[in-house]
Amino acid sequence: MIRPATKTEESGMTAFDAIDLRKEFEAVDIAAVLAQLDRELIGLIPVKTRIREIASLLLVERIRQKMALATSFPTLHMSFTGNPGTGKTTVALRMAGILHRLGFVRRGHVVSVTRDDLVGQYIGHTAPKTKEILKKAMGGVLFIDEAYYLYRPENERDYGQEAIEILLQVMESQREDLVVILAGYGERMEKFFQSNPGFRSRIAHHVDFPDYSDDELLAIAELMLVAQNYHFSSDARDAFVRYIAARKTQPLFSNARSIRNALDRVRLRQANRIVSNLDRILTSDDVMSIEAEDVLASRVFVAAAGAGDGTG
Amino acid sequence: MRITQGCFSFLPDLTDAQISAQIQYCLEKGWAVNIEFTDDPHPRNTYWEMWGLPMFDLRDAAGIMMELAECRRVYGDRYIRVCGFDSSHGWESVRISFIVNRPKEEPGFRLDRQEVAGRNVRYSTHAYAATRPEDERYGGP
Repeated sequence: MIRPATKTEESGMTAFDAIDLRKEFEAVDIAAVLAQLDRELIGLIPVKTRIREIASLLLVERIRQKMALATSFPTLHMSFTGNPGTGKTTVALRMAGILHRLGFVRRGHVVSVTRDDLVGQYIGHTAPKTKEILKKAMGGVLFIDEAYYLYRPENERDYGQEAIEILLQVMESQREDLVVILAGYGERMEKFFQSNPGFRSRIAHHVDFPDYSDDELLAIAELMLVAQNYHFSSDARDAFVRYIAARKTQPLFSNARSIRNALDRVRLRQANRIVSNLDRILTSDDVMSIEAEDVLASRVFVAAAGAGDGTG
Repeated sequence: MRITQGCFSFLPDLTDAQISAQIQYCLEKGWAVNIEFTDDPHPRNTYWEMWGLPMFDLRDAAGIMMELAECRRVYGDRYIRVCGFDSSHGWESVRISFIVNRPKEEPGFRLDRQEVAGRNVRYSTHAYAATRPEDERYGGP
């Protein structure tokens, strides 16, 4: 009776003594996701390096699982820190794709939430709310944006703490079902982790997103325009370079997000310029091309000039 | 006497892996899944107590298994069933319902015969468990 049972167990264990790494690598098609990441995300070299490392680690972990060498499920919870508009949400979406391909999350969807979705308004409201979100995120990635808002030390009756406790419990006990990614600005996340040491120890990967350089911002702008079938004229490109430099010195600059908003306004002005002269035949190039005057009409230049006058 | 109600009830009890697979099937069909429990096993007892609200917009069975574990912790001594609701034709209707938890002992039913006019007989079934007050029928979890 006993013998056949042990035999099948043994054959199950020894089935994967040697694994062709290339075959395994191609089977999960991780290269495609990483290439897409390189193509569609400008800059962010440290982030990409880190994602590559994580992907390699997970690939090896997957092979170890097949060889029955993996002792426990790896901790995959992450924290993304960086200034506004540095691509944290975009990378989180890609991360879900990578984890799904490698089989570390079953469905690969992302549930993106902020404090309001997790924390309730009155006693007894928080736990069901947090659990509801957790249930929706099961099998995928839970992305908590501006996670430091969960903890409000100035109000000791704040319900955020309750949400944090439920989160921590699920992050620990259901690591196979759910990956949590916390995102937020560097300094405030640091404070958040200091006051919630439980989070820091449950998060395996801390990824820091650097600010973009001027060249990278220009490349991002051009990528966004191409995606919408627009392009800069060469004068407009020069003007936009100056725009980026001027915008960076002004308050509330949020990297790629500011660029996207600026482009939206540029398109508005371009449309206005085209419509202002009705008696002509338009070519497709006319409606695709962004001219210097569309960029130069921006308030940013006025403000920059004003600041220059003010300081003498 | 083993209660046979809903799907799979003539099979041996489903394992957690099998329950999870059935729930995943429901979710992939786009059905909302609900957990219900009762301590009255009468076959005409259609409306069981709801364990929370039906769960909409879930992608993975793990969330429902989490609720089921919680429900079993509180009402492990009773019948618990999982229902899948299909709303594709405009209103929620049950497409699948199966028992996922049952009491350790199921005492079964007594058949009552009532003699009425003209030597006719009326039959009714009476669950032995239901003779005890609610909450005391199966001796606690």
